[in-house]
Amino acid sequence: MESVMVILVGVLVAVATYLILSRNMIRVILGTALLSHAVHLLILTMGSLKKGNVPLLSDSDGPYTDALPQALILTAIVISFAVTAFVLVLAFRTYGTNKTDDLQELRGNADE
Amino acid sequence: MIIKLAVLLPFFAAALIPLVHKFIKREQIGWFVLAVPIILFALISSYIPHTANGKTFIHTLEWIPSLSINFTTYLDGLSMIFGLLITGVGSLVILYSNFYLSAKESLHHFYCYLLLFMGAMLGVVFSDNLLVLYTFWELTSVSSFLLIAFWHHRKASRAGARKAMVITVSGGVAMLVGFLMLYAMTNTFSIRELVAQVDVIQQHELFIPALLCVLLGAFTKSAQFPFHIWLPDAMEAPTPVSAYLHSATMVKAGIYLVARMTPIFGGAETWFWLVTSVGLLTLIWGSFNAVRQNDLKALLAYSTVSQLGLIMSLFGIGSLALAFDFSEELTPVFALAGFTALFHLMNHSTFKGALFMMVGIVDHEVGTRDLRRLGGLLPFMPLTFSIALIGAFAMAGLPPFNGFLSKEMFFTAVTSLQHFDVFSLESAVVWMPIVAWLASVFTFVYSMIIIFKTFFGKYHPERLDKEPHEAPFGMLVSPFILCALVVLIFFFPNVLAHYVLQPALASVYPTLPLDAITPHISPWHGFNLELFMTLGVIVLGIVLYKTKRYWSYVYTFLQPRHSFNALYEWIVTTTENTSQRVTNKYMNGYLVHYFTYIYIIFLAVIGGYFVMSGAFNFDPSTDSKVETYELMLVCIVACAAVSLLFAKSRLSSVLITGLIGYSVGFFFIIFRAPDLALTQLVVESVTTALFLVSFKYLPNIKPEPSAASTKWRNAIISVAVGSLVTIIGLTIVNYDKFEPISKYFENSYELAGGKNIVNAILGDFRAFDTMLEVVVLFIAGLGVYTLIKLRGRKEAADIENK
Amino acid sequence: MKINDVILRTVVKAVVFIVLTLGIYLFFAGHNAPGGGFIGGLVLASAVVLMYLAYDIETVQKTMPFDFKKIAAIGVLLATGTAIGSVLFDVPFLSHTDAYYNLPLLGKTHLTTVTIFEAGVALTVVGVVVTIILSISEEGEEQ
Repeated sequence: MESVMVILVGVLVAVATYLILSRNMIRVILGTALLSHAVHLLILTMGSLKKGNVPLLSDSDGPYTDALPQALILTAIVISFAVTAFVLVLAFRTYGTNKTDDLQELRGNADE
Repeated sequence: MIIKLAVLLPFFAAALIPLVHKFIKREQIGWFVLAVPIILFALISSYIPHTANGKTFIHTLEWIPSLSINFTTYLDGLSMIFGLLITGVGSLVILYSNFYLSAKESLHHFYCYLLLFMGAMLGVVFSDNLLVLYTFWELTSVSSFLLIAFWHHRKASRAGARKAMVITVSGGVAMLVGFLMLYAMTNTFSIRELVAQVDVIQQHELFIPALLCVLLGAFTKSAQFPFHIWLPDAMEAPTPVSAYLHSATMVKAGIYLVARMTPIFGGAETWFWLVTSVGLLTLIWGSFNAVRQNDLKALLAYSTVSQLGLIMSLFGIGSLALAFDFSEELTPVFALAGFTALFHLMNHSTFKGALFMMVGIVDHEVGTRDLRRLGGLLPFMPLTFSIALIGAFAMAGLPPFNGFLSKEMFFTAVTSLQHFDVFSLESAVVWMPIVAWLASVFTFVYSMIIIFKTFFGKYHPERLDKEPHEAPFGMLVSPFILCALVVLIFFFPNVLAHYVLQPALASVYPTLPLDAITPHISPWHGFNLELFMTLGVIVLGIVLYKTKRYWSYVYTFLQPRHSFNALYEWIVTTTENTSQRVTNKYMNGYLVHYFTYIYIIFLAVIGGYFVMSGAFNFDPSTDSKVETYELMLVCIVACAAVSLLFAKSRLSSVLITGLIGYSVGFFFIIFRAPDLALTQLVVESVTTALFLVSFKYLPNIKPEPSAASTKWRNAIISVAVGSLVTIIGLTIVNYDKFEPISKYFENSYELAGGKNIVNAILGDFRAFDTMLEVVVLFIAGLGVYTLIKLRGRKEAADIENK
Repeated sequence: MKINDVILRTVVKAVVFIVLTLGIYLFFAGHNAPGGGFIGGLVLASAVVLMYLAYDIETVQKTMPFDFKKIAAIGVLLATGTAIGSVLFDVPFLSHTDAYYNLPLLGKTHLTTVTIFEAGVALTVVGVVVTIILSISEEGEEQ
């Protein structure tokens, strides 16, 4: 299962990379969202899969699956939500000010 | 315990100021703030009887014990002196600024910064842990930056603030390196334990580098040559700030550090030579330059530089007392230097504080501090004149003021070098007393300039902005208290010596017998060398003052373009220009290019290293079993991801992303992570809603107008990145050289009282991460809110550069 | 974004309470079962978002007259406050403690300071998520 998951993560990362490299703001944002999914799965896989019980002491006597990646991912999910929201608002404010969503045209001033 | 609260009280008060500001009038904030240093002064001085008996107080608060970082407060004689200075001068300065600053200024900011500084400075002197000390040390730099730039609409204020910040913080970083070296040698950050392990440190090969780094921190903070250039520019701050930070307390932090470190480094030849010669050089350079200043405050700034050099050199000479075994004859001679340093530290704070306040009064009531415009103010401001007279005569080292006592003892200390013959001192015996004596002559000259150029001579009403008149009573209280101290210390120096200086001496020389090295201060020693030196100073000083216009052409040799200021400016501008040129080459404004850099570097560095190390390892045999439904889910996610590339409308893109997100949630269920699954499902719903809501303000996705070659290039990069992640992932899954650390967390019930391991990690084991994450989340929320609510204001750019 | 949908509104009226209860349950369950500050907060926030989807902003603000920015700020204060608070009890930064108490009505209850910390987390999550969503949609109404 781990190998399959790592390959799936690879596919997700490749797609996310392609989206991030595109010129459209929405696609870049979707790319970052996808990249965070990929990373979450990768972290979880690194703790090895399905080799223990749910990490609840009240449920069973163990062995438990590695709880540390889960805690890390839980934090990461919430943060990536906040970041996505922020970037999204940034994007539509940028669009509102500059009337374009093409990153090639959003270059800023030459002297900055 | 009380000392710990004393350090924290200013911070609490500073945090309260915005609240208080809402309820009381602006001009009354100062009175609220005044209570803080007065309470602290009373509190700290209540310990004087105990410290005078040699008792020390220590209180440890475990902060991050696993990294041996503890908030340990340590009250001994040395920190007592500084604690008294900080709170005592602090009270007087706040009282003074209540009258000095007009209610139109943003007083709540001012007092907030001032309290911040006070707390940080108390933190520096009361911390036993070096890292905590460092934190407070940099906090004093930050608050000093804010206070210098208090009138931030003035360009000079901002430049001065930046210069002070750059120099002191760079020195602070060097000091941090020194502290880390000390930790590497002894495995402790506690100053007391360092003192106990002094033998280990002195044998260690890092001894000299650590010494140099620590001294760099002390020299930059205390404005020693050639780092003194920030202090004159810092005079852009309001005068109460100059009196407090830049003469009485903050600049003495470096002195404090040298005194504190004397038991550790003292006795080393490098320490003696560096501290003494840099101190003496600063002494003569500062006093020589002070004479040519036309701005009264700049004059005082250079005089502060020179006096700091004096104290520094005294500690340098004093360190000789530790350089050899105790002897009845010689040790007290050198310990006298250390004693004098502490004594002069107190004296300097009293008379220099009074002088700064005097200059503030002149500036406030006359409208200028330019010596070329001032003169003949005596009939208008007799009280201010008496402050100037007492302060300047004390600075010049004349009786009956405290400066006379410490100046004479300073001469004793420098001339005593002749009793000693190691460290190849023979040459120093000659030049050090001469330098000290010459510097005292210049000190005498500029002290006379302060008095006579301001209050005597011809009165030029046409050169002044305001009609001169005596200052209001409130402004005179603080300097008069300081002047009273100047006189009182002259008549009763041994009271001060017994209660305050002797315990501090015990901290500087913990190994020496205290009673043998404490001198008795007396103003009259008979006709000895020191007295003749003082008389010489007066005679030559008067001659030089009278003939100043004949010899002042020597200053024309000091071209501005050869100064250290010019060097500093050159370094700053060159660094800025070069980095701008280099940055402009690759920062071309195309976001896509930046991403490409990141990915290519990732591929080159990580991939290159991976290939070179030959670490690849694929071993699916240890994998858990793959069920059919899992495989189906994998296929769904993969297909959805690929189809995302070809989605034509933004709605379908978002729905596909949502599908992937929910599938990730299902993976979490399969992989025994119920907390994650719950979170992921809810977050995915909210995110999708968020996308849909904000699509109202965004255009639809248009087909990519890029050239086919660009698309191919992007595709190749993407595939390469994906493959690299895959092969690294495959290798690491089977990596088993380290034990997983998660076994520790499985005791969550015993250790944290929770049966959900994931939540125990979040709320207890790694709660620091969670706490900061909450803060990040909050900042992101605020960011979204401000982005939406705040419209850019065009006129905001014009208020700069007045 | 106004949707005039009677069925949706009626369903939402019932569902919001279930979701709110679920959120509070998840928050308290977190210590020993799946749940906790993040999830509880997110579920509570999603209830508000759901109400917003079915009704308009005015109605939501009338039903829940809170300033969600302040709720987020209180959350951050609670979380950092528990962290710093432990220092006042002479234990290292961020130390938690727990104990069993016999409370009236509830019987033997397990109380811990982690709950306060988690409450801070939950409040921040609710505050931030709702602030984000509401400010985005208010932007639309202003235009």
